[in-house]
Amino acid sequence: MFGNLSRNDWVLFLGFSAVVLLAPILFQPIGAAYPAILQKFCIFGLFAIGFNILFGLTGYLSFGHAAFLGVGSYAAVWSFKLFTMNVIPAMIMSVAFAGIFAFVIGFVSLRRSGIYFSILTLAFAQMSYNMAYSVLTPLTNGETGLQLSLKDPRIIDAMFITPGAGLPRSNIFGIEVSGGGMPGFYFTAVMLIIGFYLSMRIFRSPFGLMLKAIKSNQNRMRYTGFNTRPYLMAAFVISGLYAGLAGSLMASVDPLAGAERMQWTASGEVVLMTILGGVGTLVGPVIGAAVIKYFENIFSAFNENALNNIFSFIPDAVREPIVKLLSLFVGEGWSLTLGLVFMAIVIFLPGGIMEGVRLLTSLFKKGGNGNKPAVSGHTQPAE
Amino acid sequence: MSKIIINRRGLLKAGAVGGLALSTPMHFIRGAYAADQSCNMPTGANVVFGFNVPQSGPYADEGADELRAYQLAVKHLNGEGDGGALKTFSSKALKGNGVLGKKVTFVTGDTQTKSDAARDAAKRMIEKEKAIMITGGSSSGVAVAVQSLCQDMGIIYMCALTHSNDTTGKDRKRYGFRHFFNAYMSGVALGPVLAEAYGKDRKAYHLTADYTWGWTQEESMKKSTEAQGWTTVNAVRTPLGAGDFSQYLTPVLNSGADVLILNHYGKDMVNSLTQAVQFGMRQKQVNGKNFEIVVPLFSELMAQGAGDAIKGIYGTANWDWKLDNAGTKAFVQSFGKEFGAPPSQAAQTAYAQAILYADACERAGTFFAPAVIKALEGFEFDGLGNGKTVYRAEDHQCFKDVLVVQGKEKPKDKYDLLEVKKIVPAKDVTYDSKPWGGDLGPYDAKTCG
Repeated sequence: MFGNLSRNDWVLFLGFSAVVLLAPILFQPIGAAYPAILQKFCIFGLFAIGFNILFGLTGYLSFGHAAFLGVGSYAAVWSFKLFTMNVIPAMIMSVAFAGIFAFVIGFVSLRRSGIYFSILTLAFAQMSYNMAYSVLTPLTNGETGLQLSLKDPRIIDAMFITPGAGLPRSNIFGIEVSGGGMPGFYFTAVMLIIGFYLSMRIFRSPFGLMLKAIKSNQNRMRYTGFNTRPYLMAAFVISGLYAGLAGSLMASVDPLAGAERMQWTASGEVVLMTILGGVGTLVGPVIGAAVIKYFENIFSAFNENALNNIFSFIPDAVREPIVKLLSLFVGEGWSLTLGLVFMAIVIFLPGGIMEGVRLLTSLFKKGGNGNKPAVSGHTQPAE
Repeated sequence: MSKIIINRRGLLKAGAVGGLALSTPMHFIRGAYAADQSCNMPTGANVVFGFNVPQSGPYADEGADELRAYQLAVKHLNGEGDGGALKTFSSKALKGNGVLGKKVTFVTGDTQTKSDAARDAAKRMIEKEKAIMITGGSSSGVAVAVQSLCQDMGIIYMCALTHSNDTTGKDRKRYGFRHFFNAYMSGVALGPVLAEAYGKDRKAYHLTADYTWGWTQEESMKKSTEAQGWTTVNAVRTPLGAGDFSQYLTPVLNSGADVLILNHYGKDMVNSLTQAVQFGMRQKQVNGKNFEIVVPLFSELMAQGAGDAIKGIYGTANWDWKLDNAGTKAFVQSFGKEFGAPPSQAAQTAYAQAILYADACERAGTFFAPAVIKALEGFEFDGLGNGKTVYRAEDHQCFKDVLVVQGKEKPKDKYDLLEVKKIVPAKDVTYDSKPWGGDLGPYDAKTCG
């Protein structure tokens, strides 16, 4: 079963798992070691990994992946409302619904490629968003978002336990997942690691190779007698499943689902994450997701007071203009900073952060014993 | 060679397992504290308040003003500045030395007027910055979402600008408190005034922001105007932050309606009202009557945004800086000195909420959430600008006078845009909380991570 993973892959996998599980300690110095943001890192990491299976391997750029995330969230919250607060059924339901949804959208969208495919997925996602926002209000509770309530039936829970006072928290066989504790983080972390492992297996499998072949030249594939559509379809649905799983995790750690999760900005965000981290690399999307979520949550919280504290060692006269200037880039201006970082990366490191890492390691290796650049490098085919 | 790699792998594995072991025990200890311990009780010399306001999106102006008011409240609580409305506040528990001897500091978050972003920001403030209380919110959708998060984490949430009936109606929470008035009160206060001004035989057309606040506001306005003999021609939902409302406004004139009721707020209201006026609606004659526009909830900030379009428009407000009472004067003077402009109603409710929470802690003698909640429930006070006010225990809603306002025809300056037409006494807008459904939930403090 583990046949197609090389020793390098195993080292990568174990290193990745270690970093993820040790995140509460490792991220302490940069102020990102509290459960809510660590959960976000894992959830969006998983979302980006799934997206990367489609975009990174086949080169099909979907602009509508947030729709699957939203469907997953709604399915999970409904499972909490109707059946049980246990997260396992919720995850199964989310993945199933997202899969069906992805199949339907993929069936139509994959008839086209390139920009037409992107626009089709964007249109479908925006359609889902608008439906969730207004038409399907009884199902989604519109802008207010779908929430738990004391009146929910929770059939399965009601059979086994007497409900306590107040709203229950989601749990995995008694361990609380929501409510902002570390168990919630470890739960998402384990799911991320499983998701990462599966994506690695896909990357290294003949199926993955086929997807890469589609990316480099689909016509040539067809000439050699392969029907590419089923492969594309499978990749699309798999990435939809990942998005659904991410959506269910989002609802598990915080049982609420809102329509804005499906908006095009959310779809665009996962594209940014993947490109920022490195398209077609294994770890890149997770890094990209973490960077963007870090900016959104930590950077946006900086204000002038915080900057004044940081630069308190500089005399007032110099500090004030510096703080004035920098305050444009923090707080509400965080997206400006993100934009600049993104531009810099796309211009100087088209392969994303992972290319930077690879350049650094190859430089290091050359300086060391004159080896060739790392063999595991996935160079981008020119497109 | 392979041996080395196995060792390295073993090391990584051990590291992973070790890390897990290191970081788990903390989460089993936390239930073992003494009984009177709720989430984020301050241990040092400071107590942290979390201010969660929209700094971007359709309600950003209101959010900025709320933040100014919060900063002022923190100053006054710490005994800096001139003390503002603390001097006129009927409860004298606060001494101007912080809260329970601890200096008040604050952290801020941007709700972006989105539930997810608001909850993220609130979680960061609670988990990372250890905020004891969250306050803010502009938009009822956000308030309802953050309120349920705070209930789950055992953190008190003092709602600022939220006008939906649901916030203290079907979505009421034990840990959530609202000082602002609600859509029902607007309807009750505005109905008779509208009937008097525009007659009892009117046909109304509603444009409604499509979320909890808009829905309840539309329902309340329908009820109160229909009680006066009006009929409702149509009610159309518009997405929040739509920007361009022309596609919703065009059908209004051909519908036979002679009153347009705009259930919009913030930039949405500024846009929809300005566009309606640009369409020439206010010069039109329908059914032999002048076509009229009503905006049930508006504020000085929105009036500034709408400019001339606001003239003569009826609406309601929670508070106005021109009110003639000691609390208002003290607060307006203090706010004006600090920021050079009079405060909006959003600022006033934010200021009052921060003071009320601090006062409740002081009266309870502890930061322990259930005790603070009990101190707030049923609390009667005066001197914060709204006259005699009571925090009703059954649904955590404040009951106080409601203002019916009208856009001034000849304003003196850009802060003098609204005229208070009528002050509807609190007893006229009081209602029974039972039929609204909802359940406050338990007092017990949940522990947080």
